[in-house]
Amino acid sequence: MQVPELTINGQRHSVDGPVGQTLAETLRDELGLTGTKIACAEGHCGACTVLLDGVPVYSCITLVHTVGDREVTTIEGLREHPLVEAFVRTDALQCGFCTPGQIVSASALVESNPHPSSEEIRHAMAGNLCRCGTYPKIEEAISTWQG
Amino acid sequence: MARLIRTEKEVEGRFEEVWLVVDEDALEQWPAGPRDIVGRPASRVTGPLRARGEARYTADLRLPGMLHAAVLRSPHAYARVKGISFERALAAPGVRAAIGPGEANMLTDEPGFQGQPVAAIAADTFGQARAAVELVDVDWEIREPLLDPEEAVRRGQLVSEPDRYERGDVDKALAEADVVVEAEYRTQTVLHSSFETHQSICEWRGDSLDIYISTQFIWGVRDEVASKLELPPDKVRVVCEFMGGGFGSKNGAGDHTYVAAELARRTGRPVRCMLTRREENLAAGNRNSTIQRLTAAARSDGTLVALAGEYVNATGWDGWPAPTDGPMKMLYDCENVRTVLSPAKINTPPMKAFRAPGFVEGTFGLECLLDELAAKLKVDPLELRKLNYAHSADDRPFSSKNLMECYKRAEPHWQRRDEVRARSEGPWKRGVGLASQIWYGGGGPPSYAWVRLGSDGRATVVTAMQDIGTGTATTMTQIAAEELGLPLERVDLVLGDSARGPYASISAGSSTTPSMGPAVRSAAADAARQIIEIAAQRYDKEERILSLQGGNVVSTDGDSWPIEEVLGLLEDAQILGKGARGPNPTGMQVLTFGVQVAEVAVDVETGEIRVERVAAIHDVGRVINPLGASSQVEGGIIQGIGHTLSEDRLLDPATGITLNQTLDAYRLPTIADVPEIVTELLDIPDEHLTNLGSKGLGEPPIVPTAAAIANAIRDATGADVRSLPISREEMLRALREAEAKRKEKHGAAATV
Repeated sequence: MQVPELTINGQRHSVDGPVGQTLAETLRDELGLTGTKIACAEGHCGACTVLLDGVPVYSCITLVHTVGDREVTTIEGLREHPLVEAFVRTDALQCGFCTPGQIVSASALVESNPHPSSEEIRHAMAGNLCRCGTYPKIEEAISTWQG
Repeated sequence: MARLIRTEKEVEGRFEEVWLVVDEDALEQWPAGPRDIVGRPASRVTGPLRARGEARYTADLRLPGMLHAAVLRSPHAYARVKGISFERALAAPGVRAAIGPGEANMLTDEPGFQGQPVAAIAADTFGQARAAVELVDVDWEIREPLLDPEEAVRRGQLVSEPDRYERGDVDKALAEADVVVEAEYRTQTVLHSSFETHQSICEWRGDSLDIYISTQFIWGVRDEVASKLELPPDKVRVVCEFMGGGFGSKNGAGDHTYVAAELARRTGRPVRCMLTRREENLAAGNRNSTIQRLTAAARSDGTLVALAGEYVNATGWDGWPAPTDGPMKMLYDCENVRTVLSPAKINTPPMKAFRAPGFVEGTFGLECLLDELAAKLKVDPLELRKLNYAHSADDRPFSSKNLMECYKRAEPHWQRRDEVRARSEGPWKRGVGLASQIWYGGGGPPSYAWVRLGSDGRATVVTAMQDIGTGTATTMTQIAAEELGLPLERVDLVLGDSARGPYASISAGSSTTPSMGPAVRSAAADAARQIIEIAAQRYDKEERILSLQGGNVVSTDGDSWPIEEVLGLLEDAQILGKGARGPNPTGMQVLTFGVQVAEVAVDVETGEIRVERVAAIHDVGRVINPLGASSQVEGGIIQGIGHTLSEDRLLDPATGITLNQTLDAYRLPTIADVPEIVTELLDIPDEHLTNLGSKGLGEPPIVPTAAAIANAIRDATGADVRSLPISREEMLRALREAEAKRKEKHGAAATV
């Protein structure tokens, strides 16, 4: 099998992982991009969310060999996004383990819809669980992301 | 000055009498109300690192040469290992070591619950370790599990003796009462579901052991592991810089730590042992289910004359009796109270503390019962609670109690109920309910902090505590900044390493802020005193006219100098302040209080329940950070909503196997389930408690939520929901029962 080449946050990486390796494992274990978290490893919680060509996916159930030439964006590529500041300002994080995934999902939402309604936020973010219960502040962060 | 006292120590409702070396707490409390920094909203100091994905959790650590462990956990609820062979496992790719029953603490050949650890493998990768676990050959003798907690009580199979309590004469009071209500309440098993699963990395360095662990109690892990492995405590170093949630489940070292330590010892390499999500749902602990048979009796004027409760906790194979009976003993002024609590030992995963253990379950029963009593007495539920207000518990005064003020502040929310009910339409019925909260949260000694200042004009607080996501790092920074008169951004905090800071409190029992806060303030005050001593000499002023404010040394005679000018004199010298947590007030109960008012809508055709609004009013002493505090309240209520409506760890009743081991099948609340939440904190310092007057807030907000929602459902529909979770099936069952009762009543009336 050919060694896949991935574009991650604008940089090219050759990834020599075994068939069956997930994108999340590649990011965390091969490339040291540990901002992407794994909380369930079976596509139920959203902590591992990354963007493929701007579309949020669960990287823990995305096989690295299926990524192809789609551009991967992780939290490390979104550190200067205004959502980061908005999450901090509104206190939309407690333990913070789900937060990178939340911000990645939210970035896709505001990219396509800069002024989402409460209903739209709740719809778009329902796939990102948070056990600390920061949801009200996540909604506030996204509604006020432009400051 | 240090002194030795005999005092009561409390963690999550468990008391023990101990000798304690404590330091005097000489500082006077600040006046009530917001100050320059304390009492004002601050975004959390660790926020940027966490949000940017730069915070390094235990899950993110990679040590050179690190191996990965996987644990063989019993697939049976009750079994015995007749034989075990690692032959095939040891031959598998990447495998470096294997251990079985008796070879590490907590590995057993007689598992009493599904998920109990039996053996473990270390391999080069996690995948190899997991694959090798599948190759361990075990010859099982499968035993008949005991899963019914009531049967366990009948057989006398308990994890500890029943807790019995009585004051007054309950039987006499029941016989003389005007109104008596009796009901049985049930609560389910709930899983903590911390997002970072339980995990440790252990590395031996000579005869010293380094443990990197996701924990709520760095010092507790150190002492526990040192004791179990027979090491001097200072040979065990425990590190936890960032932590991905615990909720009570991470107070101890856990099987993963002992597995990692032993495999690291055998291989001479660092070993990570991380639970998968499915292991987490089996073996990381739970809020145990309960059965509560409760009685309340009152005179016709609403005076409570008796409360009685028989509680069965389904504790599991191990654990301790969470105080489900606590609220009944403490919440109301009632002369005659009798409780008995039986912690059943059954073949289910052991309970662990979970955010106000016992009180969440017990408040659901008691506060629903109070509403049933109010209905029978035809007394307003809020009035009934005010009427039976307690001024002490077991004759010990409260250090502070402002629950009456909480009730007063609840009135505008409570008065919305006519308007809310009027918004019922079609099958959607609306109603309002409330419930009171009582819980601990006073913290206690010992806890220590150091404060260091250098010529750069910045301060660093050093303490080996952990911030489990509650925001305590931020509150500690605020307290130090306030005392030093420095802006928040000029104060740093170093935490999370037992080798590099002094002893700090457990982060459980709502105790971190009330335990650590006074120590940090005291250390900052020690440093501030030294700055003033230097300034007095440099500017030839009397110390008593100098103070630190707004980044300046300020003199009452009008002079002012920037602190960095004074600190600039230090060059490489440093100012080192140290502080300790003083004692708790002797003979007093230090407790937190509150009330929540919930508004719900119920579709009586489908049983769907929507929580539309929760108002939470809590009395937790001085509030350090109103922003972080509101987050804690919201988080508690949202977990409470999950507990009330959707979360339920399901067991196969025949085998004791957990049926929902994933975050898909075990239903946590999502953002779409969140109601409007209104938070009001009284912010009245407890004048008897430490130099801050602050209590903890981690747990209080989850305590009354289930009862407030259940009472609102009764208000909306007339149905008595007495079993959690209130699933659609339970809601429809309660509605049918209410309908049948109504018909019976009308039928009986018609035949007269």
